Formats: sequence, structure tokens, C-alpha cells
Amino acid sequence: MSSIISVSNLVKKYKNVIAVDDITFTVERGEVFAFLGPNGAGKTTTIKVLTTLLFPTSGQVAINGYNPTTQQDLVRKSFGIVFQDPSLDDELTAWENLDFHGVLYGMDKATRHKRMNDLLEIVQLSDKKKLLVKTFSGGMKRRLEIARGLIHHPLIYFLDEPTIGLDPQTRNQIWNYIIALNKMEGTTVFFTTHYLEEAERYSHRLAIIDHGKIVACGDLAYLKDLTQSEHLEEAFLKLTGHEIREESAGTGDNIRMRLRARR
Amino acid sequence: MKTIYILWIRQIIRFWRSKPRLFGSLGQPLLFLLAFGFGFGPVFAQAGRGNYLSFLAPGVICQTIIFTSIFSGIEIIWDRQFGFLKETLVAPVSRLSIMAGRTLGGSTVAVFQGVIAFCLSLLVGFCPVNWWTVPLAFLIMIMTSLLFTAVGTAIASVMSDFHGFQIIMNLLVMPLYFLSGALFPLDNLPPVMKTITRLNPLTYCVDGLRGVLLGAGVFSLGFDLLVIFSVLMFFLFLGSYLFSKIQI
Ligand SMILES: Nc1ncnc2c1ncn2[C@@H]1O[C@H](COP(=O)(O)OP(=O)(O)O)[C@@H](O)[C@H]1O
Ligand SMILES: [Mg+2]
Repeated sequence: MSSIISVSNLVKKYKNVIAVDDITFTVERGEVFAFLGPNGAGKTTTIKVLTTLLFPTSGQVAINGYNPTTQQDLVRKSFGIVFQDPSLDDELTAWENLDFHGVLYGMDKATRHKRMNDLLEIVQLSDKKKLLVKTFSGGMKRRLEIARGLIHHPLIYFLDEPTIGLDPQTRNQIWNYIIALNKMEGTTVFFTTHYLEEAERYSHRLAIIDHGKIVACGDLAYLKDLTQSEHLEEAFLKLTGHEIREESAGTGDNIRMRLRARR
Repeated sequence: MKTIYILWIRQIIRFWRSKPRLFGSLGQPLLFLLAFGFGFGPVFAQAGRGNYLSFLAPGVICQTIIFTSIFSGIEIIWDRQFGFLKETLVAPVSRLSIMAGRTLGGSTVAVFQGVIAFCLSLLVGFCPVNWWTVPLAFLIMIMTSLLFTAVGTAIASVMSDFHGFQIIMNLLVMPLYFLSGALFPLDNLPPVMKTITRLNPLTYCVDGLRGVLLGAGVFSLGFDLLVIFSVLMFFLFLGSYLFSKIQI
């Protein structure tokens, strides 16, 4: 009961695809936990089930001790999320987007405005808060989304490929915020990625997911030990039998980058 | 309550900021009033049916409302496509209050446009028989806008992308409008047409408005209101149900 996320034998089928195939894992309070896997591995689907957006086909899930299918509001109050794809309202200003979020989470004006100002400071968007989001670059939008997900002081922070399509400098910057927030507020972080180096550098523990199955789960030392490998890359290769990038991961990335640039 | 309010205000802000929509909302009714009103006016008068512009004005007001409301409902597809819908769906608030806020927002925008269309028709020469009936007309406009926002929501909840949008506009909205008595009188129609117009909920909105503003309705006001109200309830429930079933 001490694990803040606990998942056992979770299966999620779409009509004829088994996207998540019998996975079991736990995440502890205050931990930074990574889900590492190629495109189509089932990362987003898992996050959607954990965050009440999809119902599981079978298996048990507990988020902060609550069931996402039957105790949706309690689960929803427990987490903040940054989705893989953009989810801001482009026609509103940065400030309005954050304010909207604070109201939805039932925060009173003084509390939420204080928090919004603090977070805008942290992601360095204070001077841009009056601008319409549609004038923002991809990196600025991401930073705003990262701030937004934290307004209501969530216990768990879900980040679905938070740095996809961003340049290396912005990626670094974003990770600095996330790690700082994990340290400052003790927020549990659950993130997905298909960048080996992000999983390697920022997570305390990671699960390698491939074709809907978790092929290994543990900290870096354990995974290297298990596979007798020098690097995570080698471990990944030995565990899955392929490189993380080989399955058209690059193309998916490119399309997303172009989509993002168009917005 | 706060949820409903914030979703409502969002729709208003978005509408207010989108200048093309704002001006488009002036252009279309004006075009219809001028082109049809003055174009068909002489023919209508020759047939001994009185002033066509007066006849047409309630139809154009309803037209403005139905187009705007269905469009507002359908905006859910945009929100889904651009990701914003997820943000509201993971929040700890009921789907019903999300639906309520959106519907009220869409309907406020539509009524606002309806009022603009009403003012434009006054400018080009329309005049209600009795000014004290205007609040009643306002009520019918509100009900009409709620009804078609809910219709839009119901449609958008089962459509996952834009592809169906054009089809809906051409196969649903245009026929609803043309077969509602907004443009022509409902008496002396061929039987098939008559049946279709009687089954069209928009018919009763147009007729109610015409009855209230001109005293020239085909059905009694009570009957119009009853029909609009029943259909409204039906679509509010259907829209809420379908919306609550949305999965991302
Ligand atoms: N809505 C959906 N309907 C059908 N199949 C889907 C849907 N969403 C995802 N899938 C499939 O499920 C698998 C896992 O997808 P996803 O969870 O998005 O992977 P990832 O986030 O790791 O890239 C993929 O094969 C994908 O094609
Ligand atoms: Mg994904």
C-alpha cells in the first residue's frame, strides 16, 4: 500500500490490437520512474489508462490508492499530466490557460494566482504571460504545459514524451525544471521516452517496454548487471533484440515535429 | 458552478477574439436580408402575401442561430484535434458540468449573433408588431440556440475528425434550414414537403419567432414552445450521454 502507483496484470486492447499486454510494476513515492520503449510500444496507452482517459481491458491499477475506473475524481486530483501532443488552447493567453486549469481543479483565486506566478517564474515565461499561446514556439508551449500540470500541487506527475521534437538545449532546460520540482516538492515523476539517454540520466528506476510487454524493470545498475552490459543501449538491445530507433521511430518523430511546427 | 462558468467564459473569449467570425456573423444575415428580402419582395407582394422582408426576418434570425450553435457544438472536434479536450477530461470535474459550460457558452454566442441579426433586420426595415413581445422572442432564441448546440455536441461526440464535418453541414444543416419555412410560407406545400417541414424542429423555432414578432405563426405559440422544449430536452440528454462516453 506504500507504492503510489501500482499496476498488476494490466491489459488494454483496442479493437484488434493488444496495445498493453499484461504488465505489472510499481512506482514509489518521490521516485522518478521512466517508461522506455520505441514508438508503438504502448507507453501512451498505459498513461491513458493510469490517468482515467481509457478503461483497462483487464488487470488492476491503483493510483495513490484509488481505482481509476471507479474513483475517477480522487485519481484525477492526485496527478498532473503533460500529454504527448500539445493540449493548450492557442486562442487564450498563457495566463488564461493556467487560470483555466486552476479553476477546474477548484483552487481559489489568491492561491492559484500565487502558484501560477511562481511556476511561470520557474519555467521563465513570466514576461510572456499576457501573450496568446499561438504566438509561442514549441519549446515555450512545452514549458507552459509543464507549469500548468503542476498548478494544483499533484502528488504524481505524468509526462508522456515531454521533450519529443525539441532541440537539445530546450530538452536540457525542461529536464532541469522537472528534476528541480521533483527535489523541491517531492513530486513522484512518471515519464515515458524513447530517448535512451533521458531514461539513463534522469530516472531512478526504469521499465523497458516493447510490443506492449515490460521486458525488464529496475534501476540502471540492475539492468546492466542483468544483461552483462556496459551501457543502457547495449542492455536494451540484448533485452529486446533490436535497437530502439529501428522501427520507424525517426519518421514518427519527424511527422510530429512538422505538426508541431505548423501550430 | 465554477467549472461551468470558466468553460462558458472561454467560449465567449474565443468568439470575441476571432474577428472573422465576428464580422462573418454580420455579413451572412445582411446578405440574406438584402438579397432575398428585396429580391423576392415584389413577387411575394404580388402574390398578395404582404411584406416579404418582415416574413423573412425571423427566418434569418433563426438561420444565424442554428448555424452558430451547431458550429459551437462541433467545436469539440477542434478541441479534440488540438488536444485541449484532454485537458478538461482529466480534470476532477463531472462530464456533465463540462457539457453544461460548453453548451451555455455556445448558446450565448449564438443568441448574441441572433440579436445582431435582429438589429440588422430592424435597420433594413423590419418592425415587430408589438415591442412587448420581444422578450418572448428572446426566449425562443435562447431555446433554439441551446437545442442546436446540443445537437452539435451530440454529433461532435461521435465524430473523431473533421472529415464528417462538411457532410453534416451539407446533409443536415442546410436541409434543416431550407425545409423549415424560414424562406417560404408553409401553407399550400405538396404533401411530402409538408410532412418533412412538420418533422423538422427548426420549423417550430421559426414559426414561434414569426408568431411572436409578427403574429403570423401557423401553429399556436404554446404548441411551438412545447415542441421546441421536448426536442431540446431530448438532445440535451443525448448530447450529455454521448459526451460522457467520449474516449480519447
Ligand atoms: N485509438 C487507438 N485505436 C487502435 N489502436 C491504437 C490506438 N491508439 C494506439 N493504438 C495502437 O496501440 C499500440 C500502442 O500505441 P501507443 O500506446 O500510442 O504507443 P507509444 O506511446 O509507446 O508510442 C500501437 O500499435 C498503436 O498503433
Ligand atoms: Mg506515445
